[in-house]
Amino acid sequence: MDVLKKVPVREQDPKVRAKNFEEVCLGYNEKEAREEASRCINCKNPKCVVGCPVSINIPGFIKEVENGNIEEASKVIALSSALPAVCGRVCPQESQCEGVCIRGIKGEPVSIGKLERFVADWAREHGIVPQAPETTNGIKVAVIGSGPSGLTCAGDLAKLGYEVTIFEALHEPGGVLTYGIPEFRLPKAGVVQPEIDNVRKLGVVIETNVIIGKSVTIDQLFDEEGFQAVFIGSGAGLPMFMGIPGENANGVFSANEYLTRSNLMKAFRDDYDTPIAAGKRVAVVGGGNVAMDAARTALRLGAEVHVVYRRSEAELPARAEEVHHAKEEGIIFDLLSNPTEILTDEKGWVNGMKCIKMELGEADASGRRKPVEVENSEFVIDVDTVIMSLGTSPNPLISNTTKGLDINKRRCIIAEESTGKTSKEGVYAGGDAVTGAATVILAMEAGRAGAKGIHEFLSAKE
Amino acid sequence: MYRILNAKLLADKIYLMDVEAPRIAKACQPGEFIIVKMDDKGERIPLTICDYNREKGSVTIVFQTVGASTERMAVLKAGDSFEDVVGPLGNPSEFVHEDIEELKKKKFLFVAGGVGTAPVYPQVKWMREHGIDVDVIIGSKSKSLLILEDAMREQAGNLYVTTDDGSYERKGMVTEVIKDLVQNQGKKYDECIAIGPMIMMKFVCLLTRELEIPTIVSLNPVMVDGTGMCGACRITVGGEVKFACVDGPEFDGHLVNFEEAMKRQMMYKSEEGRAVLKESEGDTHHGGCGQCGGDE
Repeated sequence: MDVLKKVPVREQDPKVRAKNFEEVCLGYNEKEAREEASRCINCKNPKCVVGCPVSINIPGFIKEVENGNIEEASKVIALSSALPAVCGRVCPQESQCEGVCIRGIKGEPVSIGKLERFVADWAREHGIVPQAPETTNGIKVAVIGSGPSGLTCAGDLAKLGYEVTIFEALHEPGGVLTYGIPEFRLPKAGVVQPEIDNVRKLGVVIETNVIIGKSVTIDQLFDEEGFQAVFIGSGAGLPMFMGIPGENANGVFSANEYLTRSNLMKAFRDDYDTPIAAGKRVAVVGGGNVAMDAARTALRLGAEVHVVYRRSEAELPARAEEVHHAKEEGIIFDLLSNPTEILTDEKGWVNGMKCIKMELGEADASGRRKPVEVENSEFVIDVDTVIMSLGTSPNPLISNTTKGLDINKRRCIIAEESTGKTSKEGVYAGGDAVTGAATVILAMEAGRAGAKGIHEFLSAKE
Repeated sequence: MYRILNAKLLADKIYLMDVEAPRIAKACQPGEFIIVKMDDKGERIPLTICDYNREKGSVTIVFQTVGASTERMAVLKAGDSFEDVVGPLGNPSEFVHEDIEELKKKKFLFVAGGVGTAPVYPQVKWMREHGIDVDVIIGSKSKSLLILEDAMREQAGNLYVTTDDGSYERKGMVTEVIKDLVQNQGKKYDECIAIGPMIMMKFVCLLTRELEIPTIVSLNPVMVDGTGMCGACRITVGGEVKFACVDGPEFDGHLVNFEEAMKRQMMYKSEEGRAVLKESEGDTHHGGCGQCGGDE
């Protein structure tokens, strides 16, 4: 064993997985996990814990893994995270815990994410479930949205004895974990549902098909349904488009639509009713994780897929691991290219996309070099489907129907970072609804902060 | 689960159901819609609300079978349940927010086409409840497809029924009735609300623009979530892209780009139609049959 290198994790062969929706990464077995765990040098001042948005006692759980006490390891993680099987799979560890791992200074960092995943999967397979508190305090708290922030906030509050109800607009709980991230990265029945069930086992009730602001308003939750506090974790669900000619043509989708049809509605399976226009030659516009998810979904539905991104590879906002996997599977990257028009046939269907070559100029406000158009460099990509993956913004349904709830120019709810406190008394918020589209783990951190804020607020009230 | 309290066949392939959905029944207003999903494998189907009973906690939906999912839905009976019903979605009709006294001074014309009669009904009923008599035109392909005639007659000031094939009452398109009322009978309307097949709304709007009657239409393109998330229902109104689910479903009909909307509708309608035909005809079906639900 080379102590400078991670124990390699088994993955499905790229050629095989490009044609199925099974999980790409197969994870460690116990032997591999214990071997990897032994690489942790158990730092006195563990930087990884600081690097983790929810401050998991990482050396603590890894020590338990090394000693073969996997159940103990799961308990250590459960103190800080309600969704470890999810986080072990989708957290950007390379820029968080593993990014600051001392082992990583010389060689590769400890594979913390894969170890977390191993522990969470082991605990699930061995029927380890969280215990609900024996009595509740009878105080009702409403949580809006059952994505990462809502689930975390609800779980924390339930552990403190509150009676928590989560209201979910869609027919399945999970938010982006359910409708957004594909099966091959995050299995729904195997991983997401059991983690949600664990939150339910803490006593949390999830009511689906309730759109706050339409089915019932926040004021009604307070005045008519007896809730004492509300946490808004409604995410950032509204897709953005480019505003170029031809964008309303048949065959142009938002990544949200494409992924929702496939992930939530299971359009990739023949036994479900919802259709999806798979496309034969697909362009995905954008370079983030969602773009990679859409591209790899289209590939699995049988298309040749191009990712069209206006900057260069170094600026791709997607995780390196996702880009690597996408390339392995055969996704074609058309970098330094920007769409200018979507071309259509006489019936209004996409039959090409006009792009222009870009080059990188001076650094902009974000510190990234700004792409500028190369004159007279237009070219046409031969595609029949275009998926726009340009980011999302928060849904105004709640802010429009809740008096006294302040939002900023980007329609994000204004909330204190450490407590989630908003401009409206008793209302807390966190996650993408506050920050705009970000990551699962940052939403969880905000959910945790919201739970703390609500607990302080309700404790002071009594 | 959302229990079906009553289910009946209104006309050929057109079904009415009262569904238990207390939160929606309490909150909904004319103009809004809901999404239903019959079971775990079903599609999310947007349907306008035809009626509601706040005491019983139920809403009434009317739908026509146009594809696999609606065919499956049609066999549900009283006592069965929908797995999911969500709403209300979209915005209420604009008149709901207007001053009643101002409304009473206006003359409204409602134009309902086919299954579009269902969403027109609660609007006309709302008007009657607020003491406003309105004129209503119902257009139907034939007598056998006419729905809600008696219910509408109870709520409307004047009701005019026309059938394309002349099998009942007048013969001809709704546009001919509008022309007759305005040009021959000297009626004056301050506002027209037209709900029906896209092609009907388009032609009503062409006419009312000529007659200078402001016209509202209700668009119900296929969508996935209905809350602004998927963007499938985008349409162009006055040169701007709008989402029918959160910006509508009602829009100024004189500003809607119907050509684009009809093209977009074909994408999804034929998609669903294809699913059925694939099942019934196997690989022999290659479109062009006119049964894919085109403009219904």
